[in-house]
Amino acid sequence: MILDVLKPHEPGILKVSSDIAALGENYCVHVTVIELDERTETLKIEVTGDSLDFDLITSVLTEMGASLHSIDEVVAINEKGND
Amino acid sequence: MLKLAKSDHITRRYFVVNGFDGALTMLGLIMGFVFSRPADLDIVINVCLAAAIALGMSGLSSAYASESAERQRALKKLEDAMVCDLSQSAHGKAAKRAPILVSIVNGSAPLLICFFIMIPLWLADADIWQPIEPLYSAILIALLLVFLLGVFLGGISGKWWLRSGIETLVLAVITAILIYALTGW
Repeated sequence: MILDVLKPHEPGILKVSSDIAALGENYCVHVTVIELDERTETLKIEVTGDSLDFDLITSVLTEMGASLHSIDEVVAINEKGND
Repeated sequence: MLKLAKSDHITRRYFVVNGFDGALTMLGLIMGFVFSRPADLDIVINVCLAAAIALGMSGLSSAYASESAERQRALKKLEDAMVCDLSQSAHGKAAKRAPILVSIVNGSAPLLICFFIMIPLWLADADIWQPIEPLYSAILIALLLVFLLGVFLGGISGKWWLRSGIETLVLAVITAILIYALTGW
């Protein structure tokens, strides 16, 4: 999924990406800073992996003081249909 | 948490500033007793302890009030920029906890330094023999602590520790000279 997130400068994107990646064994997190102003920064956070826990990811973002603006992209795969 | 609240450098500063307050206040009090008529050790200890406690409480309360106000103001500005409530986030928690930590450092720095300076007085009160008169020992400890605060400052600024220590020691010696000039004649 790709999330549009607004957050304060601290904590930095290194902590954001590592804390989200720590939520699941195969989570891969790609963070891009889209915009920067005096107090906040807008990020595009791309999280890939199996069975992403959306609630857990948003709670980590909320704890950091970040605000989820929108879910820009989601990929959902029904694995049972591949048999 | 201190980094999030941007209070780590403030805490260091408060430690040094209030450490100086404690050391120089005690230096002044002890020198006042040295240049006055001999006083009971009880009186000296009680006066110094009262001053130490007052300095500690002053540091604690003033730092808490000012840091709390500053952190709440900064949080409000961030909430305005984020257009959301941050009270439950790490920033909100840091805004509540950082002032407590800063005020503890601000209050305990002068208190601990005063206690160290008073050690010879307590030893004398307990009839423990000392090679030097307790009041003069206390003065030497005060000067040593001021030197060590200078060394600490040198570590922060990257300046040579000995030079930094001597600079602050010179300030303490000037204070002592002024006190002698105005009270010791």
